[in-house]
Amino acid sequence: MQKSLHIDPGKCTGCLQCEAACSLVNEGAVNPSKSRIKVFNFHDEGRFVPYTCTQCDEAWCMQACPVDAIVLNPENGSKDVLNDVCVGCKVCTIACPFGTINYNSSTGKVVKCDLCGGDPECVAACPTQAITYVDANATGLDKMRAWAAKTDNAAGA
Amino acid sequence: MSWTRKILRVNLTNGTVQDEPLNMEWANDYLGQRGLATRYLVDEIDPKCDALGPDNKLIMTTGPLTGTIASTGGRYSVVCKSPLTGAVACSNSGGFFGAEMKFAGWDMVIFEGKSASPVYLHIENDVARLMPADDLWGQSVWAADHALRQKHQDPQVRIACVGRSAEQGCLYAAIVNDLHRAAGRSGVGTVMASKNLKAVVVRGTEGMGNVADPSQFMQTVKAGKKVLAENAVTGQGLPAYGTQVLMNVINEVGALPTRNMRDIQFEGANEVGGEAMHEPRKSDGKPNLTTNGACYACTIACGRISTIDRTHFSVKDKPEYWINSGGLEYEAAWALGPDTGVDDIDALTYANFLCNEDGMDPISFGSTVAAAMELFEEGVITTEHTGGMELKFGSAEALCWAAEVTAKGEGFGVDLGLGSKRLCEKYGRPELSMTVKGQEFPAYDPRGIQGMGLAYATSNRGACHLRGYTVASEILGIPEKTDPLESGGKAGLVKAFQDATAAVDSAGLCIFTTFAWTMDDIAPQVDAACEGDWSTERMMEVGERIWNLERDFNQKAGISGAEDTLPTRLLKEGAGSGPAQGRVSDLDQMLPEYYQLRGYGADGSMTDETRQKWSLPA
Amino acid sequence: MHYVIIGAGPAGVNAAEHLRQYDPLGKITLLVAEDVPPYSRMALPYYLADNIPSEGTYLRKEPGHFESLKIDLLQGRASSIDTQAKRITLLGGDTLSYDKLLISTGATATRPPIDGIDLDHVHNCWTLKDADKIVASTRPGSHVVLMGAGFIGCIILEALAEREVDLTVIEMQDRMVARMTNQVMGNMIKDWCVSKGINVKTSTGVTSIEKGTDSALLVHTNQGESLPTDVVVCATGVRSNTAFLDGSGIDIDMGIVVDDYLQTSVPDVYAAGDVAQGRDMSTGEYHVQAIQPTAVEHGRLAAHNMVYGHGVPHPGNVNMNILDTAGLISTSFGLWMGVEGGDEAEMCDRDNFTYLNLQFRDDVLVGASSLGMTQHVGVMRGLIQTGCHLGEWKDKLMKAPNRLSEAYLACAQSQHKALGPV
Repeated sequence: MQKSLHIDPGKCTGCLQCEAACSLVNEGAVNPSKSRIKVFNFHDEGRFVPYTCTQCDEAWCMQACPVDAIVLNPENGSKDVLNDVCVGCKVCTIACPFGTINYNSSTGKVVKCDLCGGDPECVAACPTQAITYVDANATGLDKMRAWAAKTDNAAGA
Repeated sequence: MSWTRKILRVNLTNGTVQDEPLNMEWANDYLGQRGLATRYLVDEIDPKCDALGPDNKLIMTTGPLTGTIASTGGRYSVVCKSPLTGAVACSNSGGFFGAEMKFAGWDMVIFEGKSASPVYLHIENDVARLMPADDLWGQSVWAADHALRQKHQDPQVRIACVGRSAEQGCLYAAIVNDLHRAAGRSGVGTVMASKNLKAVVVRGTEGMGNVADPSQFMQTVKAGKKVLAENAVTGQGLPAYGTQVLMNVINEVGALPTRNMRDIQFEGANEVGGEAMHEPRKSDGKPNLTTNGACYACTIACGRISTIDRTHFSVKDKPEYWINSGGLEYEAAWALGPDTGVDDIDALTYANFLCNEDGMDPISFGSTVAAAMELFEEGVITTEHTGGMELKFGSAEALCWAAEVTAKGEGFGVDLGLGSKRLCEKYGRPELSMTVKGQEFPAYDPRGIQGMGLAYATSNRGACHLRGYTVASEILGIPEKTDPLESGGKAGLVKAFQDATAAVDSAGLCIFTTFAWTMDDIAPQVDAACEGDWSTERMMEVGERIWNLERDFNQKAGISGAEDTLPTRLLKEGAGSGPAQGRVSDLDQMLPEYYQLRGYGADGSMTDETRQKWSLPA
Repeated sequence: MHYVIIGAGPAGVNAAEHLRQYDPLGKITLLVAEDVPPYSRMALPYYLADNIPSEGTYLRKEPGHFESLKIDLLQGRASSIDTQAKRITLLGGDTLSYDKLLISTGATATRPPIDGIDLDHVHNCWTLKDADKIVASTRPGSHVVLMGAGFIGCIILEALAEREVDLTVIEMQDRMVARMTNQVMGNMIKDWCVSKGINVKTSTGVTSIEKGTDSALLVHTNQGESLPTDVVVCATGVRSNTAFLDGSGIDIDMGIVVDDYLQTSVPDVYAAGDVAQGRDMSTGEYHVQAIQPTAVEHGRLAAHNMVYGHGVPHPGNVNMNILDTAGLISTSFGLWMGVEGGDEAEMCDRDNFTYLNLQFRDDVLVGASSLGMTQHVGVMRGLIQTGCHLGEWKDKLMKAPNRLSEAYLACAQSQHKALGPV
């Protein structure tokens, strides 16, 4: 069964445990600037919004890759960057309209959430279940929409 | 490791910045943060120097766990000599600034000298530069934060900043980071401003990759997080109500200092406590509390994110305050509320916003206002002094006005900026100042919680709850319940809390973890992160060494055991109501035993033997 | 049903794969011009810089990928098309019939008509073979003159710089990458290159090239300079590969004219990618965008329309570019040059080579360009493509342009205008 990250900003306290865990596991250092999940702090509205790739069905990044370096993981539906194939052309980083695949200039490769191969560290690290790993039963876009509806307050406040 | 092993030395007189290796010998003895920075301070300044002169130094310091994934591992402290007390100042803050220092690669920043004109320090990884801050001087913390973000155009920078109160010489000015976290106590902000240093802007993208045993560390961290999550205080009470969970509890046990500690219970406690922050308002149906917010890596998230009722008199014409910002924590709520007799939660929240906006310690501010209100009711301070304001207990208008004038250092605000001790001395009634060593009390009356009397009297930074929080044991039963009205056995309890706290602070963790964690939960995390063996016993030793180092600094600064005392009111005037009715603080019964346990002379003096035992510098 | 695709670049390959997805039974023939598996031109600079082997440039890595999808690769070039008879004639005389045809022949590098342009040691950098020649003729310390600091020139520049050659760039325009930069950003890129030890001569043209005596070549400029060099790399421009369409009845402008279904003026003949003059989402006009994401989306969309017929018209593609000039990353999106009556927000830090420029029409982001930014840059596309109203966030962005991601989360996510597949 395919699963996906479910983000509930209403539960987020902005502690950045997810960023710390993500960067530690994937980059070898606690370094939020290199985390694949990012918590945005809407200070004046009193809201924290974790944000990362939803593994959208459109897979803009994967489609745009000129060298087939982003592949669908059939196990969990994630779109994974193959580091040894990625040439670092960055075209995926402009193709993804969500801005959730980014270039790491120190490695010369792009990075994105790969659900940690099916056991996402951000989920394990989140103390409030703001980020959970749930059965996927909606398309990426629908997920985005459902998720977006919950952030309406952020725009309206 | 977990230390970056690198410190940044900033000479403000010469305008130079340079890096130097961390003294690892000292790190082995003092761990980090509070302990390690104090070791540097002891080595580098004359304890008798003018706290506001160029000879004082200001150290921003992290612990080895700061910036790691350990829960609450985001703390940093500011260490210097205090202008409020003349003792060592060490003010601890959360938020994200400390972790960012580590991500940029620094354990510590030492500021020395004084700049000829206002400057701020910009740190971007290993590059640090002093930048002119003439345009920022005269601006609040919030305005300067905004301006610095505009200037650097990086939403991710972390900023620690002083406000107008510090610039104007308010003696309890704080250094505020991340808009509403503060190194609050003892006037560390005043020292920063005295050096013409407005702000520190830091951005770190290097990260923390130097944990000694990563897999062991992850295991111990996960175990620690589980303990915090499953504990009723850290897992439920603090997230839901913040530290404000205490307001009604402490009121009921009869230890809520009220109206400058004239009373010991507050009839309006229910209006300003944690539960009240959840109550929907009449005007817009929203509660005071919007959500809880965490500091870096904190899995407790006790922080309050609040709004003020837009129809409230304090802000109805000021839309700039219609935002969410840092809400009331228990100590602030107490000082601004019960201690001034004000039960208007919006007024308290407004005053708290102003304390954050212009960098004032709300405990010292509220207590000073309380003293001024008593002086006003005694007829010593009059409307002539205040420019017409009726400074009466219970007046929300007076509280809001006081916050405004003190934040900007205007008119009577200059007097309020002196702090309770100097204010009461100025007006000839020193006995009305509720302070120890010049620092104002926090929110626990030592007549109702006996251990706290000893903790206040002996605290190395003046009256303070965070140097030995026996409330945990005496009220909450952590780690075991003791009778708050009993003074027997409290000397050992206070000492144990003092030593443990020094060690926890020095690791870079938050003291609130100790509602759930014992040193047996903390030591393994330090041990996995740091080189060497860090057992519970070693942590307690480090804590005791730090305590004595601080005590020795104070002694060399001229502060003797005679100042280990409490205001006459707490020693002579019996509590007026509640379980502690009729009781005074039994300090005199606890102090001798405490000195003995500490290895001090009968007068509280540091002995050579004790100094040698802990290898303290001569 | 026989689908024929001429040209095996990203548009052609994506079209072939989607044709297979949409029509499991149809016959698909993909005409490959070069004697190598379908490869990505975008990857050539990385090959040139020795970062990847030539196989690393292949569009599809899996052995037997095309066979497994029953896509027939046919090596050959089209010489003409009889759209009445639905028949393609190949170079060499073979013919190929089709039911539906997609032309995705891309573009070819051009050389300016100056004396000496055809001398040995003057190379384009367009094909894998070109790249091989450059690799073979340069080594660290070699003198190289690069003609053209446009988009392709800058990509090659990065690769050449990594080969540690002594590099001089000559650009006729007054700034680098004029197609995606304003004056400020173009000059910042130039400053960056100069700081990396690259000679950059803007507002300079090459007038002629001749054989040298002490060096292989001598390059003369309109500024009166004569530059001795070992190699000249020409990256002055490209043109769409449409010559073989003469007499086919297919309308050609700057590229092949297509409608909003990517069909050419002739029924059952489609065009996609760098050869197609498709709709630009921002302007509503028809341009050759010549960018990878558009090629891919064209391929997919053309395949869809070839199989299912013409349903929803294509709203057009957002023009966008990302460029790495010797380590300095620049992007541009949509109407980065701004619109009449619109507002502009700019952030510029010359010392740190960071720049961000946002262009608004009312409270809608219509264009953006950046320098030195790598995080969340895709939200610029997201905001432009969704056309969402920014409301109060526009004012926030006017003051702090780099709060883009927050603006995106606050506005585009919640207005959730369809970001459906093209």
